[in-house]
Amino acid sequence: MQVPAFFEYQRATSVEHVVTLLERFGPEARIVAGGHSLIPMMKLRLAQPELLVDVNDLHELAGITVDGSVDAGHLRIGALTRHAELLASSVAGEHFPILHDAERVIADPVVRNRGTIGGSVCQADPSEDLSGVFTALRAVAVIRGADGDRTVPMREFFHGPYETAVRPAEILVELRVPLRTGAGSAYVKVDRRAGDWAVAAAGAVVSLGPGGVVDEVGIGLTAVGDADFTAVEAEDLLRGRVADEDAFAAAGAVAAEHCRPTADQRGPVDYKRHLAGELTVRALRDAVARARRGRSAG
Amino acid sequence: MTGTLDACAGPGFGPVPRKEDGRFVRGRGRFVDDIALPGMLHGAVLRSPYAHARIRSVDVTAAESHPKVRAVITGETLAARGMAWMPTFSHDVAAVLATDKVRYQGQEVAFVVAEDRYAARDALALIDVDYEPLPPVVDARLALALDAPVIRDDLADRTDNHVFDWETGDPDATAALFARAAHVSECDLVYPRVHPAPLETCGTVADFDRISGKLTVHATAQAPHAHRMLYARIAGIPEHHIRIIAPDIGGGFGNKVGMYPGYLCAVVGSIMTGAPVKWVEDRSENLMSTSFARDFHMHGEIAADADGHILALRVSVLADHGAFNATAQPSKFPAGFFGVFTGSYDIAAAHCRVTGVYTNKAPGGVAYACSFRVTEAVYLVERLVDVLAHDTGRDPAELRMANLLTPDRFPFRSATGWEYDSGDYPRALRTALDTAGYAGIRAEQAARRASFEKTGKGPLTGIGMSVFTEAVGAGPRRLMDIMGLGMADGAELRVHPTGTAVLRLSCMSQGQGHETTFAQIVSHELGLPVDAVDVVQGDTDNTPFGLGTYGSRSTPVSGAAASVAARKVREQARQVAAVLLEVAADDLRWDAGPGSAEGGSFSVAGVPGVSVSLREIAMAAHGGLDLPEGVEGQLAATTVYNPPNLTFPFGAYVCVVDVDPGTGEVDVRRFVAVDDCGVRINPMIVEGQIHGGLADGVGMALMELVAFDDDGNHLSASFMDYLLPTAMECPPWELAATVTPSPHHPLGAKGVGESATVGSPPAVVNAVLDAIGVRHADMPLTPAHVWRALQGRPIRPDIAIR
Repeated sequence: MQVPAFFEYQRATSVEHVVTLLERFGPEARIVAGGHSLIPMMKLRLAQPELLVDVNDLHELAGITVDGSVDAGHLRIGALTRHAELLASSVAGEHFPILHDAERVIADPVVRNRGTIGGSVCQADPSEDLSGVFTALRAVAVIRGADGDRTVPMREFFHGPYETAVRPAEILVELRVPLRTGAGSAYVKVDRRAGDWAVAAAGAVVSLGPGGVVDEVGIGLTAVGDADFTAVEAEDLLRGRVADEDAFAAAGAVAAEHCRPTADQRGPVDYKRHLAGELTVRALRDAVARARRGRSAG
Repeated sequence: MTGTLDACAGPGFGPVPRKEDGRFVRGRGRFVDDIALPGMLHGAVLRSPYAHARIRSVDVTAAESHPKVRAVITGETLAARGMAWMPTFSHDVAAVLATDKVRYQGQEVAFVVAEDRYAARDALALIDVDYEPLPPVVDARLALALDAPVIRDDLADRTDNHVFDWETGDPDATAALFARAAHVSECDLVYPRVHPAPLETCGTVADFDRISGKLTVHATAQAPHAHRMLYARIAGIPEHHIRIIAPDIGGGFGNKVGMYPGYLCAVVGSIMTGAPVKWVEDRSENLMSTSFARDFHMHGEIAADADGHILALRVSVLADHGAFNATAQPSKFPAGFFGVFTGSYDIAAAHCRVTGVYTNKAPGGVAYACSFRVTEAVYLVERLVDVLAHDTGRDPAELRMANLLTPDRFPFRSATGWEYDSGDYPRALRTALDTAGYAGIRAEQAARRASFEKTGKGPLTGIGMSVFTEAVGAGPRRLMDIMGLGMADGAELRVHPTGTAVLRLSCMSQGQGHETTFAQIVSHELGLPVDAVDVVQGDTDNTPFGLGTYGSRSTPVSGAAASVAARKVREQARQVAAVLLEVAADDLRWDAGPGSAEGGSFSVAGVPGVSVSLREIAMAAHGGLDLPEGVEGQLAATTVYNPPNLTFPFGAYVCVVDVDPGTGEVDVRRFVAVDDCGVRINPMIVEGQIHGGLADGVGMALMELVAFDDDGNHLSASFMDYLLPTAMECPPWELAATVTPSPHHPLGAKGVGESATVGSPPAVVNAVLDAIGVRHADMPLTPAHVWRALQGRPIRPDIAIR
């Protein structure tokens, strides 16, 4: 049986309490929320934290709300929001179908009932679906430490595998996704089996201007070696172009060219590179179709 | 002999709900890890991080000084007791704890006994092993190279990694037919290494009583009686002082047949400490170190005449047996029952050569519901037939239909000497094709293909099939044994004075529903309600001797034993009834009745209204009745059933898949399974077994794989890396049945536990390759494998993807 090494455990009563505990115990303390990455790693003794700070009681970290106006506001997703809550949230799905696309293919219902959005992005697994989603969405992370809140764009949040902008005595509080009228979004993933980590995945968020020209676009890539989970070159190529199949194909080719996958049992490099292109095309196609439907409906 | 499901009708038979599910669905099953004995200690295994390394030293001083550690066992500890090595099922020895070298990653090096499982695990980190890494043999195809490191230098005069050569069939007759064949197709196929991966891992609680000298072992054992003999031989404890108790088992699939070092270390730990010792392996340990399955590298050739009649088959196999030859199969069959590779076809000549090699991988090879390598045999022939269809431009269904054995050929002696008991293969295939709507799907496939060629967009549809013949129910004991134990099964039946019964079996359920099926057999023979028959299994002190549950042998062997024992009891009852009714025993007629608590009854022929029920007879048999000479009284019988032959269940499967050519993703859209396992005692349980086996088949065909990197690191040591299929990958199974009874089984039944695992992988693979128009690619057909096959650069599955 897999059993973890000795650790201490504290149930935090407030975000400030979390920060105090993290400051006191230093880098050997870890926050536990859903625990679906941390606890298996502890059981395998790949992680041996000295203190677990349980944040599950902190309701201030939960909830999905729209803050501000439809044009200038944002969707606020508390860090303690469970995957299942995000999947069930009609306001999230209405503004950003990409969130529901992704949540539907993350793990399984048991994991989604417990795992949290904040835990997923802070784990910073190179194959994490939500990493590519939030970079495509240009979300902003709100991080709290002893000195109060600071914000970090999700495109600057990831510092490499399992490394993020969150410092040892800080906690991710929420993610803010800027609202964009008329945008369409989609997420496409290839896995070997339902619930598996992605072989590769792509997310796209597209705003269309007059004449079907791409006003703004975000493309997130997962599991293909992009440290920031973003296909910047493909975004640059698309901006200002008419959103048609030729443009998607060109963007896919650029995304494939610039990604840096590594071979593992999920697939060889050439296949993953191919998928980066193919899935970029498919995500763009779906996102643009949704954007068009949104415009005609509006 | 052919029939329909009606042939299964009979007292006691039918879709009775499983008696054992009452506790399982309430979470009240009792598994090894649920057992807690007073004063029980906990064991943990230190395992090798290297695939191949010499052990310079093992320092356990720090571990022994841990305040909660009660014993640390190393290879040296065991060597002092003559237990550092143990015999395998295949004429070899295997290390219990490594003394000289480690030979695969995850091999057992030391065992800690501590007061709790946390301390045991903590203490592993305190053991200091000094390793000298050696170059490993990872690629089986290089195992016999002249410069390959010798893995088994523990064996005297060993200079290479060769384990055995074995052949079957007639090479000259085969060569002659190949020489005059109009067409020959060849193909290289890998049946990669997979793992049974039962949800409950292996475990034990060993309890040695120093006063009585008696050892009680609670263990996940598919074969408790065979295990008892092994403990006696290895640990030197007299067999009558050993009691093996297998409680509820959470899946076995062959994984729980063998003897594992952790079991023996727990026994030694209990002997050393005087306390019970529990050891339950974790998931990674199970996947890394316990019996794997397959790992067959096959080269097949199939010869046909100009009309598409198959003439001959020729096969050569490289079998990767890992570091110790520990395949669990009848000892005279080094390649298991692979010799049935001519399958369901009328093939005049066949020949096969198998070479086994050692590699730096875990031992095993026969496990995972394979019927002793019939899985590999069926995959080979069903893939070769598809390759032949591909190469000659024939429809695979028509090609099969033209070559299947017809019912008039049974009993049929195959070109490699197997005597098939009964079968109607064309009917099974016809039923499967009709159920699937074969012509309609072919038309749909053509339309999809045309659309793809016009637009470049998928999906592409593929149809695959297999017509498999299984060979299950080992012995006879003259031909088949495990470590010298002939493969025959005992059974004991006792009817209590009040007319309920207890049946004691030698085999052991791992989820197959023995408590229900075997009660139904007694119900069938004696007319008792199913609930009035208690089935005892898994406890060597309370069950007769027998070889256990694996190779789909429970119903063919122990089921026959139960039936024979019940018939003996019925004849005893006849004698007692004759006294009660004051008539000659021969004048009595048996009627099983409606399955009431009275049981069946004997009535006097030609005298209406005069009868006596089994319940009445049972009381009388235990009462004061004066019985004639030779009738002992009471109702109890014991038997040992030595099967005259294997049973040969069969089936025809049709799989329909959609493949996304842009990503290589496969969607198994439909799966039609026509199974013929003779008479079905409980059709619901049979269908459940088929459901599980089909899921296994989808898993192996599409995702399951144990792979190693160049250093011999195990790349599949968790359920994140070793993928089991989920409900999401399984279509609604479309099952149908034909019934061709076994002529030699008392109930006409054949085994079925492994049929679907054996028959389904080729159907899925054939469907995927049919969709993408590729002649061959190896399992598992993950999206990456499918896409690379489409590019003409298929991935070799047995080594790490680069």
